[in-house]
Amino acid sequence: MIEIQHLSKRFGRLQAVDDLSLTVLPGEVLGFLGPNGAGKSTTMKMVTGFLRPDKGSIVVQGHDMAKDPIAAKACIGYLPEGAPLYPDMTPQTLLRFAARARSIPAEKQAGAIDRAIGLLELEGVRHQRIETLSKGFKRRVGLAQAILHDPKVLILDEPTDGLDPNQKDQVRELIRSMSADKVIVLSTHILEEVEAVCTRAAIISEGQLRFNGKPSELRENSRYAGAVELRFEGQAPADSFLTLSNLPGVERVEALEESDYHQGWRLFPKAGTPILHAVSDHVRSHGWQVRDMHVDRGRLDDVFREITRSGMAPSPRPSQPQPAQALAQEEV
Amino acid sequence: MRGMSVVLRRELGAYFGTPVAYVFLMIFLVLTGAVTWYLGNFYEMNQADLRPFFAYHPVLYLALIPALSMRMWAEERRSGTVESLFTLPITMGGAVVGKFLAAWIFIGVALLLTTTNWISVAFLGEPDHGIILAGYLGSFLMAGAYLAVGSLVSALTKNQVIAFVLSLVACLTLFLVGQAGVLEFFGLFLPENIVDWFSSLSLYTHFIAISKGVLDPRDLIFFVSLIALLLYANAVAIDYTKAR
Ligand SMILES: Nc1ncnc2c1ncn2[C@@H]1O[C@H](COP(=O)(O)OP(=O)(O)OP(=O)(O)O)[C@@H](O)[C@H]1O
Ligand SMILES: [Mg+2]
Repeated sequence: MIEIQHLSKRFGRLQAVDDLSLTVLPGEVLGFLGPNGAGKSTTMKMVTGFLRPDKGSIVVQGHDMAKDPIAAKACIGYLPEGAPLYPDMTPQTLLRFAARARSIPAEKQAGAIDRAIGLLELEGVRHQRIETLSKGFKRRVGLAQAILHDPKVLILDEPTDGLDPNQKDQVRELIRSMSADKVIVLSTHILEEVEAVCTRAAIISEGQLRFNGKPSELRENSRYAGAVELRFEGQAPADSFLTLSNLPGVERVEALEESDYHQGWRLFPKAGTPILHAVSDHVRSHGWQVRDMHVDRGRLDDVFREITRSGMAPSPRPSQPQPAQALAQEEV
Repeated sequence: MRGMSVVLRRELGAYFGTPVAYVFLMIFLVLTGAVTWYLGNFYEMNQADLRPFFAYHPVLYLALIPALSMRMWAEERRSGTVESLFTLPITMGGAVVGKFLAAWIFIGVALLLTTTNWISVAFLGEPDHGIILAGYLGSFLMAGAYLAVGSLVSALTKNQVIAFVLSLVACLTLFLVGQAGVLEFFGLFLPENIVDWFSSLSLYTHFIAISKGVLDPRDLIFFVSLIALLLYANAVAIDYTKAR
């Protein structure tokens, strides 16, 4: 279990993480979402014990990260953002190093390494220098390192970034298969990934928690959720707009696309009323030729935009350090 | 110190796993050989000892050790692997000491390879083996002190070139404060006890004392405590700079 309480972190004038509280239980896969610079990676760096929080506490499997970092870190497997790895090592030597550092008994090290290499399909590059591996393979080596000691807690910062579609699927499958007894937190920019693998989604923006709930609830928050999309063969019948608008339960009707030649309508229901039946009865009774009719489940990107935009700073003030500038300033 | 031996092993593997290490060893051997046999007027001295060999070590180290130490933390921070390292269940002290010891052992290997010089003088005459052994000890401690300086500097910057230059300047300063000429210069306007204090802080003064073959515990304590102090500062520095 991970318990994060009132976590805050400031970089100069920038409040990267702002009073964030979150609990993740075994069996849960938490999808960590948020725009670029929201503070996802910063939060993960604090949870894994790399960064010291300004305020707040982190307890991992009962171990306080501030008081007993070694015990807390021992429970965690971590894939840092961008999966930085020692370029002059091979997957084999890197995993051997990690196994020793994690105090895996000598006789079990080979087995643990073989298992991780097998799960991430790294057999073919086992003895190849990491600097010569492709981006996706590097990411998989990073993942292998994270799961090497079969940790109770997995923190994965953009685990599928840079993977091909097959590998993405495979990594998601791997995460799902491991999730039963583990606490898993992963960050991603792929909203569909959250639905595919996560049992819970947390959206942060400007360091603050803006949403914390099931991925399906996220969809239901969309203004499109429950709307009926109706597409005709050819142009929409002349009276269709008015008659559909007057149906009981229909709040509002809008055109599917912006043009004079309307091919269909989107019908928004009044709060909580299913309207599909009413609409299909109406269509049948008028004998309209319909190409497609379905209920919209809601749109994740739309909800994401809504949630993260509400508190968005109008335009960055010059006094705030911009990421690009911060990168350009090589300090001495 | 948890994790020290693990980090030490990884670093040693990194040193000996790259051709750069062998190039470094070659350069070290060629340079020590050259200064001993040519600059040191070995043949004319008609004397079977390794004094000229050791005398040039502090100067050779000025360039070679910063070249070795510049990577230590700078590269780790630049590439981001410092994040993987410190999210493993190891301590800061373990990582700092492990890295330092690996580099020191590497220098130790380089020094071991120079014992061919020792064998040569043993053939040519009857050297005082005790003094030669003391010379090696002094040289090794001197290298350790330079290395600790270089490791600390490397923790302060992500840029290896800057790390090299700053380490060289820092080591040069520690070296020069003990040179007779520099001490005389300070003596012109500073009270004698402050000049003495300068001299006692100088690596060179203690190095010379040890390589004369008289083992004064104070010289050993000087090197050991200087290294310990620098490594402590190194740990503090890395803790502060690792996330920046
Ligand atoms: N070491 C640092 N020094 C200064 N500012 C930093 C540092 N690390 C992060 N920041 C700033 O903190 C904010 C949050 O960064 P963070 O990396 O946590 O974002 P993120 O949510 O992971 O974004 P992304 O989706 O792009 O990975 C950003 O504005 C970033 O510029
Ligand atoms: Mg990030």
